[in-house]
Amino acid sequence: MDLDVLGLSRFQFASTSIFHFFFVSLTVGLAFLIAVMETVAFVRKDRAHIYANMTNFFGHLFLINFAVGVVTGIVQEFQFGMNWSQYSKFVGNIFGVPLALEVLMAFFLESTFIALWWFGKDRLKPAVRLASIWLVAVGTQISAFWIVLANGWMHHPVGYEVVGDQAFLTDFAAVVFNYKAVLYFLHVQGSAWSVAAFLVLGVSAYHLLRKQSVEVFSRSLRIGIIFAVVGSVFSATSGHRAAQVARYDQPMKFAAMEAQWETSTSPAPWSAVALINEREQRNDFNVEIPYLGSILAYNRPVGNYEGIIPLQERYERLYGPGNYVPPVTWVYWNFRIMVGIGMVMLLAAFGGAYLWWRRRAGLDDTRWYLRLLLFTIPLPWIANFCGWITTEMGRQPFMVYGLLTTTEGVSANSYTEVFVGLVGLWIVYLALIGLDIYLLAVTARAGVHHKPEVQLLAAPAPNYAGEGFQEYERRN
Amino acid sequence: MDLVTLWFWLIALTFTLYFFLEGFDFGVDMLRPFLARSEAEERALVGTIGPFWDGNEVWAIAAAGVMFSTFPVWYGTLFSGLYPVFVIILLSLLMRGVSFEYRNQVDQPRWRAFWDWMSFFGSLTPSFFWGLTMAKLIEGLPVNADERVLGGFSDVFTPFSVAGGLATTLLFILHGANFLLLRLHKDTRLYTRARAAALLWGALATGAILLFVVMGYVTEGLFNSFGVLPWLFPVAAGLTLGSIWYGLTRRLDVFAFLMSSLTIVFSTVTIFIALYTRGVVLPSTLDPQYSLGLRESASQPYTLTLMTWVGGIFLPLIIGYQIWNYYVFRERVRPDEGGLDKGYD
Repeated sequence: MDLDVLGLSRFQFASTSIFHFFFVSLTVGLAFLIAVMETVAFVRKDRAHIYANMTNFFGHLFLINFAVGVVTGIVQEFQFGMNWSQYSKFVGNIFGVPLALEVLMAFFLESTFIALWWFGKDRLKPAVRLASIWLVAVGTQISAFWIVLANGWMHHPVGYEVVGDQAFLTDFAAVVFNYKAVLYFLHVQGSAWSVAAFLVLGVSAYHLLRKQSVEVFSRSLRIGIIFAVVGSVFSATSGHRAAQVARYDQPMKFAAMEAQWETSTSPAPWSAVALINEREQRNDFNVEIPYLGSILAYNRPVGNYEGIIPLQERYERLYGPGNYVPPVTWVYWNFRIMVGIGMVMLLAAFGGAYLWWRRRAGLDDTRWYLRLLLFTIPLPWIANFCGWITTEMGRQPFMVYGLLTTTEGVSANSYTEVFVGLVGLWIVYLALIGLDIYLLAVTARAGVHHKPEVQLLAAPAPNYAGEGFQEYERRN
Repeated sequence: MDLVTLWFWLIALTFTLYFFLEGFDFGVDMLRPFLARSEAEERALVGTIGPFWDGNEVWAIAAAGVMFSTFPVWYGTLFSGLYPVFVIILLSLLMRGVSFEYRNQVDQPRWRAFWDWMSFFGSLTPSFFWGLTMAKLIEGLPVNADERVLGGFSDVFTPFSVAGGLATTLLFILHGANFLLLRLHKDTRLYTRARAAALLWGALATGAILLFVVMGYVTEGLFNSFGVLPWLFPVAAGLTLGSIWYGLTRRLDVFAFLMSSLTIVFSTVTIFIALYTRGVVLPSTLDPQYSLGLRESASQPYTLTLMTWVGGIFLPLIIGYQIWNYYVFRERVRPDEGGLDKGYD
């Protein structure tokens, strides 16, 4: 990629989106898990203190992360106008709507009720407090829905009409029920739940291995397993379907994901490892598994799909001269890493469910499994990262598929402005991600009885085992 | 009123609410280094805005989001045209946004001091640059025939835009001090100091705003298009500001806060009236015919209708639960009893 204004702007957009998603994927998933924990605390009065501890502990992790998610979200929104003003002018009529809906329906809800939930501990009725965390959880899902819908529209534009130099919205229902966007939403949702679930699993396992606060963490481990199973199954199945869908609405992306240069045979094999030679448009080395390609593309052992070279000719006929081949190596490898990690996550989740079912109480003592969970914490994040690279690079050179190229969408900013801005953002992003991981790790390791003197106000007041908790008990 | 006009005024509303609300939490953060003499007081000051700042900040995102969907051309041209300004605003907001959360996570004075400075500069910088942006909206940008903005970062600074930034910053500090008078327990030294600060910064803010208004009147012809006597506005601005002074010296805290709120509301609305009466959303300094027209910059009716339904349902709901948020945390904060957790009277 050339680092001109276009290249810098793409790099800027990719960095902001990936950094932002690093934080929000955890927020989206964890909000839901915490809401469930708090519900149990509310319903099971006899065990309220255990679940109250659990909620506060994971709530603290949530808040550390939430702040960064919010601020990176502002950049995410402003950058459309700043770096992609031509794009904004072209599709603002359509793309702006889900974005505005996201703010009005979700951002206000989340930011207001998170404050009420956390600071309102000692002045809201437990039922109102429970409602607050559910509103936060619902808000995060609504937020994810609209932004992914907007992204899905860029991959598969529907319900529009181009008049002059602008695209106009003609059918909002078509935009909302865009099958591509709905699939993407399920996929993102599943992966966000996995991120949160594997974090809860890893942290719980860490404390169980040390026999700390067993009554809390053996329960959070089980909640984590349920969410890990649901999340990884969701993301695997919707991801599988999203890839199949790409075969007919973004065939070039699908071909790049498989590094398939010529149209495949039927039944098509599936490439497991390939040495891709992009310059000469062939694979120098390829390990193929027979039939699997067709099975993945069609759910049956027959059927072929088009390759990159014939597609390039077809795209030129459709959209005019140009290079329509995305960076194949990036797409191919990121896709494989994502799928590979997805498999590991499925195994880890179902392994836990099996151990729970077969050995019941013994789950807490299966040390090899708990140790394994420590290493699975970063996996869903890496898979998310690779997934975004696959899907976004796979649609190059288009910004809105078949309608607007990235080159046409970029702002006419000066090189210096964009370069300096990018450097500034990277410095801050790196600092924030470092601090976030550091603080999450410190807080997670300190455990339920962590009671730093400092955390008295503004930010969270995790007095988990102290007065706050006795007060909680008295009320219930 | 047609939909284009309606949405123009709803954008004005979101910007106004943003400056009114985030104005005081920016102000509190800018005042903290001057007011707090101990960690307990530092916490009490953070506690006065702790549950609110995040919800306030979303109004900026709402303003941008609503602009994107209803006036895409305005949004694209303004945001790319003031690229460096928005980068600075974003970087400041990034650091400030996490400072509240992070300052209390590690028990070291240097760590806390670092984040306190982050929230200080993270409030000072956006206050100044938002004010500058608003002045630029009146003054115009070098927009060419392709709706592109020419010129670099140094062109952003003109006497008028710097005066706008300065006036906004000082007004926010005054607004923050007035807000503290509502939020701090009256029997504390912190409260006394906040009152002194309100008087001092109020005097400075008065000067800066009058300067801005007079400059707008003289150099930008700010009030000429309003269709009434142009000198009424400088006089009205002088009156609201003067009444803040009256409220403060008579110890009418609520009155003083209302008056600084009204000053912010009037100033923001004035900018939008000026744009509306000229029929442009972004004037071009190169040639008036390149200015972005109100109607030409708007989305088409289908999008506007849709947004009207959405806005009609959600805006009142948001305002409703935000008011409830303020009601829940209405008690005054006492530094000697540990800020938000306890210490309510």
